[in-house]
Amino acid sequence: MQTAQSLPDVRDATLLNPSDNVAIALRDLKAGDAVKLSVGSSTVVIRLLNDIPFGHKFAVRDIPMCGLVVKYGHVIGRAKRDIKAGEHVHVHNVESLTSVHSACKG
Amino acid sequence: MANAPTVMGYVRPDGRVGIRNHVLVMSTVICSSVVTRRIAEQVNGAVAIENPFGCGQLEPDLQVTKRTLVGMAKNPNVGAVLVVGLGCEQIQADEVADEIAKTGKPVERIVIQDVNGGTPAAIERGVTLLRRMAEETLAQRPTEVDASSLVMGVECGGSDATSGLASNPVVGYVSDKLIDLGGTVILSETPEMIGAEEILAKRAVSKEVADRIYEIVGKWVRLAASYNVDLVGTQPAPGNIAGGISTIEEKSLGAIIKGGSRTIQGVLDYAEEVKGKGLFIMDTPGYDIMSVVGMVAGGATLVIFTTGRGTPTGNPIAPVIKVTANPYTYNKMKENIDFDASTVVRGVETVEQAGERLFNLMLEVARGRQTKAELLGFREFVIHKIIPSF
Repeated sequence: MQTAQSLPDVRDATLLNPSDNVAIALRDLKAGDAVKLSVGSSTVVIRLLNDIPFGHKFAVRDIPMCGLVVKYGHVIGRAKRDIKAGEHVHVHNVESLTSVHSACKG
Repeated sequence: MANAPTVMGYVRPDGRVGIRNHVLVMSTVICSSVVTRRIAEQVNGAVAIENPFGCGQLEPDLQVTKRTLVGMAKNPNVGAVLVVGLGCEQIQADEVADEIAKTGKPVERIVIQDVNGGTPAAIERGVTLLRRMAEETLAQRPTEVDASSLVMGVECGGSDATSGLASNPVVGYVSDKLIDLGGTVILSETPEMIGAEEILAKRAVSKEVADRIYEIVGKWVRLAASYNVDLVGTQPAPGNIAGGISTIEEKSLGAIIKGGSRTIQGVLDYAEEVKGKGLFIMDTPGYDIMSVVGMVAGGATLVIFTTGRGTPTGNPIAPVIKVTANPYTYNKMKENIDFDASTVVRGVETVEQAGERLFNLMLEVARGRQTKAELLGFREFVIHKIIPSF
């Protein structure tokens, strides 16, 4: 079976829209990795705080508790607690706006 | 249009065009299901659809079941139909058969309680009826027809982050291309529009259609909230979450891309017949098999189905083309997946390039090429239910 390392031409990660505050890992990434990301015409480097599996998200900047999480240029949910740049963003720290058990108002 | 692509179709008496020529045997109630299955087993080339309901249903729910059964049989991928009833059920064989017969295609019926000799005699009679219809129907040959006669359903199941990243955009390219050629596309799975309803409503052909999009999405949000449960764990499902999808909004924004970017012409009820060209939304659950059945009952003659985690499912009468953009899934499940879109994730192909390849595969399937799900005999069937049984 192919491993992520053996796949040709894979970038580390992608930011789908310049207004997004989360990026997508395009291969399995490790805590401590310095990930290069193209944002428009410039490149930023994010130091990962957690392992990020293929397809999963990490924050490209700090997101405060109850702050909106943006992917595809659209809101995909809000932070359940403060999220640091480089942190894994998933069900443990983000919730749907439809959540009926939210600690955030509105 | 010059050089418009063509496919091989079966033009039915009502003018609708199929790309398969199935001989169908269908039960009106679960009590006639085994008889239905045994009849199909004895006629080469026949397919069976077994209705798990048909009794103990309140009227609005009964209508959904009936519309689904009749819609499957009316689908132009079906050349002839045998309806098998028990006799005492709510959904009567005569009623279903008469409705199907309006298409002009051959229809026969048997009612187990009317046959002297019980189920063995009913099976024998059914086999004879079906064999005669199959002899005529399977002798038909398809003719060259314009690709604009295609009605394509788009579906996703077992999604992961690669679905929104690549496979759904690639299918969206195919949707746009087919619509631009004059074809029809159905986008379904209303719960997977939560968080994306505004994008869809902005593309509606009229205010009525936009209002209806908000209405159907709101209905599903209120339904979940009425049980005081969060959608997470159901939408997204555990496999979606393992694949990196965190919320229903994230899933939705990735999912709706498969319908492309064209104007939304109308909103259909579950299994309602699509009339007209262009892009339509059908109000179905996100449960993938239920959604595919709704679209096929509504007239879809083929389905493109994206998956991230890998799913083998098909449909009794419509070819289902499986697409994944997850390279690991493709490698593990090549035998079940028709199209590899991981080239887009790996950066070796653009969405447009992969979209062209997929469009050509879709045309080949519409010219008779069998999909993996067809070759493996995957024919899952389940009907949406809107009220508990009584």
